[in-house]
Amino acid sequence: MSLVQVTDLSVEFGDLRAVDGLSFRLEQGAALALVGESGSGKSTVASALLGLHRGTGARVGGSIEVAGTDVQQASDDELRRLRGAKAAMVFQDPLSSLDPYYAIGDQIAEVYRVHTRVSRRAARARAVEVLDRVGIPDAQRRSRSRPHEFSGGMRQRALIAMALACEPELLIADEPTTALDVTVQAQILDLLHTLREETGMGLLLVTHDVGVAAESVDEVLVMRHGRVVEHGPVAEVLDAPTKPYTRDLLAAVPRVDVRRTAPGAVSEAGARDGGGAMPEASTEGAKSVSSGHGGAVSPGVAPGDAATVSAGASPRGARAGSSGASAEGAEDVLSGGVAAACPGVASGGGGVGSSGGSAEGAEDVLSGGVAAVSPGVASGGGGAGSSGGSADRPEAASPATVTENARGVTSGASGDFVLEAAGLRREFGRGKRALAAVDGVSLALRRGETLGIVGESGSGKTTLGRMLVGLLEPTAGEVRYEGHARVGVNPAVQMVFQDPVSSLNPRRSVGESIADPLRARGERDENRIRGRVTELLERVGLEGAHYDRYPHEFSGGQRQRVGIARALAADPRVIVCDEPVSALDVTTQAQVVALLGELQRELGLALVFVAHDLAVVRQVSDRVAVMRRGRIVESGPADEVYDNPQDPYTKQLLAAVPALDPQVAARRRAARRELAAA
Amino acid sequence: MSGFAGFALRRAMGAVLTLLVISVIIYVVFYATPGNVAQITCGPRCSPEQVHQVAQQLKLDDPLYLRYWHFLEGILVGQDYSTGTSVAHCSAPCLGQSYQSDQQVTQIILTKLPVSLSLVVGAMVLWLLMGVGTGVLSAWRRGRFSERALTGLTLAGVATPVFVIGLVLMIVICGQLELLPFPEYVSFTDDPEQWAWSLLLPWFTLALNEAAYFARLTRASMLETLAEDHIRTFRAYGVGERSLVGRHALRGALAPIIALNANDFGSAVGGAVLIETLFGLPGIGQELVHAVNVVDLPVVVGMVLVIGFFVVLANAVADVLYAVADRRVVLT
Amino acid sequence: MSEALVAAEAAGAGVEPVPGASGARQFWRRLRTQRAALVAAAVVALLVLVALAAPLLTAVEGQDPTTYHPSLVDSARGGVPIGSFGGIGGDHWLGVEPQTGRDLFARLVYGARVSLGVALGATAVQVLIGVVVGVTSALGNRWVDQLLSRATDIIVAMPLMIMALALLAIVPSSFPRPVLVALIIGFVAWGTIAKIARAQTLTLKELDYVAAARLSGWSTWRIARRELLPGLAAPVITYAALMVPANIAIEAALSFLGVGVKPPTPSWGQMLTSANVWYQAAPQYLLLPAGALFVTVLALTVLGDGVRTALDPRAASRLRVGTGGKREAKAAAEKEVES
Repeated sequence: MSLVQVTDLSVEFGDLRAVDGLSFRLEQGAALALVGESGSGKSTVASALLGLHRGTGARVGGSIEVAGTDVQQASDDELRRLRGAKAAMVFQDPLSSLDPYYAIGDQIAEVYRVHTRVSRRAARARAVEVLDRVGIPDAQRRSRSRPHEFSGGMRQRALIAMALACEPELLIADEPTTALDVTVQAQILDLLHTLREETGMGLLLVTHDVGVAAESVDEVLVMRHGRVVEHGPVAEVLDAPTKPYTRDLLAAVPRVDVRRTAPGAVSEAGARDGGGAMPEASTEGAKSVSSGHGGAVSPGVAPGDAATVSAGASPRGARAGSSGASAEGAEDVLSGGVAAACPGVASGGGGVGSSGGSAEGAEDVLSGGVAAVSPGVASGGGGAGSSGGSADRPEAASPATVTENARGVTSGASGDFVLEAAGLRREFGRGKRALAAVDGVSLALRRGETLGIVGESGSGKTTLGRMLVGLLEPTAGEVRYEGHARVGVNPAVQMVFQDPVSSLNPRRSVGESIADPLRARGERDENRIRGRVTELLERVGLEGAHYDRYPHEFSGGQRQRVGIARALAADPRVIVCDEPVSALDVTTQAQVVALLGELQRELGLALVFVAHDLAVVRQVSDRVAVMRRGRIVESGPADEVYDNPQDPYTKQLLAAVPALDPQVAARRRAARRELAAA
Repeated sequence: MSGFAGFALRRAMGAVLTLLVISVIIYVVFYATPGNVAQITCGPRCSPEQVHQVAQQLKLDDPLYLRYWHFLEGILVGQDYSTGTSVAHCSAPCLGQSYQSDQQVTQIILTKLPVSLSLVVGAMVLWLLMGVGTGVLSAWRRGRFSERALTGLTLAGVATPVFVIGLVLMIVICGQLELLPFPEYVSFTDDPEQWAWSLLLPWFTLALNEAAYFARLTRASMLETLAEDHIRTFRAYGVGERSLVGRHALRGALAPIIALNANDFGSAVGGAVLIETLFGLPGIGQELVHAVNVVDLPVVVGMVLVIGFFVVLANAVADVLYAVADRRVVLT
Repeated sequence: MSEALVAAEAAGAGVEPVPGASGARQFWRRLRTQRAALVAAAVVALLVLVALAAPLLTAVEGQDPTTYHPSLVDSARGGVPIGSFGGIGGDHWLGVEPQTGRDLFARLVYGARVSLGVALGATAVQVLIGVVVGVTSALGNRWVDQLLSRATDIIVAMPLMIMALALLAIVPSSFPRPVLVALIIGFVAWGTIAKIARAQTLTLKELDYVAAARLSGWSTWRIARRELLPGLAAPVITYAALMVPANIAIEAALSFLGVGVKPPTPSWGQMLTSANVWYQAAPQYLLLPAGALFVTVLALTVLGDGVRTALDPRAASRLRVGTGGKREAKAAAEKEVES
């Protein structure tokens, strides 16, 4: 008898049909993932397994059998006996999912006593036992703490402990790691893996993150709009998806170990990471350039060559590997040429790449031609280019690094940089309780370049972003725009925000929100305003007719586009993007990232891309800085930092990223274990 | 526990500070008004010599802040009054002298205070029980007819001004149905049983209004808590509805309820004034109304201060209780 | 007081410091769907009409609220009105007042003016002071915030009735009484609105679109006006709507005690001061003002509840009568779509 047998499940909330005709089976001890974007109905399915829709007014059709109980027909008592004892659920947000007023040990004990007739003391002992099992140190003492006294990862472990208490046959995990940092996520997934090995529990994992699914389960079920799109063993579905939606979905997933390539590359390579034909092509191109000819144009992939791709899913804006490569070359060149003049030169590679992902652009710059956007760099690049490639790596050429393991350093010849930060520090709180969210960060951004700042929560990256834009004043240090120190807001440095809901005034039409910077500048001519806004709307992929619509009429991705249009309305030179795609679905993410790339090329913008998702950052950045606890622990050209991390923290981060190939996943798991033991 | 003790200490100090500021404001507002303060204080029937004497005693020649300082001194350590012929000592806390009734304000207050306290405290117990109980019941039986009826009732309870309730009750219960005699206060020390009986109607009157308000509040708070995620978690683990409502939801709903009870104390005091007047209970409220009508300034000032003291105290206690109910607050 | 307490208070008032997402049109639409609120609104509208048309109505009746008619009361029996049911008749539609013989209908109708007028006036004062203090406190630097917050705490701590009572004692009677009562009630009760305004402003100013406005280059003042104030409308209106009935009750209470609106100006509370004595001979003397007060406060409270629901349906949907079933399903659906 299967552990879970679902036949033709349908769930309706009023008029909305959240789940439609879903069927699957899960055997004892097996693991299945329900993968889908938001609105796919996956959480609804998970809740339906425990009969949680009963009494809420939702209509549930079809048959559901879990651990021998017919959920649809079960009495309330039978249902209660199922919940927690035979099948247990782990929820997404551990902070709100636990009762804040009682100690964790007591809560677990309570659940245990619901299903067994043991004494309070025995129940508490059991609570300590499971807390220990999930890896919470000093379990006895900590069992008396309240949830808010734990860290995020610990809380999630505690939730898992609660699920284990009654030794269920099935564990249902609803987005168990979404709210967690990537390193913590890896720990939790490893924990689940270990527990499954030890207890033989079945696992039903609900997630939107394909990588998370690939790591942890045997079978995957892709859902969309409440229906099954594809269903099969994980290796098969991820390697050779049969349905177009699945293919799009997988293509849109950014990879952390694939260099920034042209669109065609990613999708042709298929779902596998690391391997694939196209990436190699780009490395080839890279090699050819860095072999020393500054002027050589990479024969590698140009955007135009990209094979047609699945519907808009691929990041068009991703710079061709060539520019990345040529960046490397130019970098060598620049550092060689300029290093002598001034030590501590920032890697100007980005400047070259920024003149356009196109090979032509790179050529222009390198040959000293007129680059539309980065005169300073161009001359530098051009000049240096003529002297041929220097073999020195930037590392060697740049002493006096402000940050550890920095391979691209900061604050050099100010004229070259459009935005700089020097020794930025920001404290919160007063006196003894003052905490430095950002502690001594320096960086520099060239025109047309994208600097990625990656870090987990608490790393200070958001604070840094806000200081760069002038929304927060630094406690120490300064921000320089085009060489001059600036305090406060600067219209030339704009921001795209993370939350599509709160970044637009809900009471104002979309067009008016975009027109805001224009009005603030004093523009009064209504026709001009409307004209410009229409122009911007179209540029970001919306329609001029959308001017009068309100934010709530748009999807998250569309709202982000509006946010980008608004940032552009101020004619900025720099845009700081604060987690611009974190709140979006994977496919939408790819689109917005592509948009940003296009705009950068067209307008010669410099971008600072702040995010926690390592893969996305890799896809968009020329250079990357890794932040931890307010400091930059490593920085340099994106490819280098990712392919050859020096700092242990960076290594840890990279090892934690879920992989789409189960074998790679196993390797990474082993790597994590090593690092943890180290 | 040091975090908690520190929190309590800070709140206590805040309360003291608040009281001080209140006392300044009250003193200034009342004694800095235009018009002949001495005349007003002494009363309409005073002869000019008496007015003069009063002026002397109040040291009206001194600047305001000095007078306030003396006032404060009086509260803390006591004061001496010269009545022309003799010296009267007014022991701490000295709130001044009522010339119209020829008594020390503190004396007046002390005699009236027990009545008011009996009324308010008794009513508070009643309304907490009734209100919270009704609220929990409403949440427990949400969606069913009994809940709707209860909600309607509480709405009516909130909508009727307290003295209207009192009037109606008095007429119906004492006048028409003659279930109870018209309330006449008997001191607790004299006869506890009679004391309770005499206060029964006033207690209910005061409590009904507040209870209705509380019931609505509790219900809202409970419903809010019941919609939260952690309730869902426990439901998913098979915990029964009764446990969910009684243990988890109530606990969560408690904190805001406590917080609002503090505010409520202030309004209850106002209600107490009305009830005392209505039922003829010789408490502070009734005395205050009388003093206001005859403009006996020292009494008014003294009483407002005393009442203010209790309200601030209640607020501080509520703050601390809130922290007990919700430890997360201690971190602020 | 701690932030948590403020939040609790605001929540307790049924107001959540949350960025409102509804426009005026949605508000009206939602309001229209609640029958109870509509009925209440009709009642309130009627009352307002009566209050405004008081002179007209009394002219029709042919009486006025202040003229004594000693001939209509039997002084021998202590002032009981002559005639059945307290002297109801063609001349005096609702009878006359014991002891003074003043026309009851006229007094009732003019009393409506006083009650509503004072309550609205007091609410206006409370909102004005509260919003100014709250917003300034939230936008100012630490010192300003501390100072104003302390002041607000003190105002909240001072018991309303007591302060109002006491203050009314000392102001000379030359000042127009109803206005005075409105002002005093307003001055002693702005505390909670200030807290709500402060909490809401603090929440709003952290929103990204406010940051975006700063980046566009607007000055703080312009941002306060364009972005913040509209966001305040919802919680402030909600609370104000519930304060009006409370203020009516307070004014009635003060008049009942004899310190509020003084004769000859009529007030419902004032009419109840000695009503219990007369309930046998002239029951309407008690029942009419009491009934009027009850209906008015009830209607305003129900309307206030309706306004609150219309302004923030998600929070309020749980507060409404008969929550459960379909509503929860809808909420669950909304959650699913977002997740």
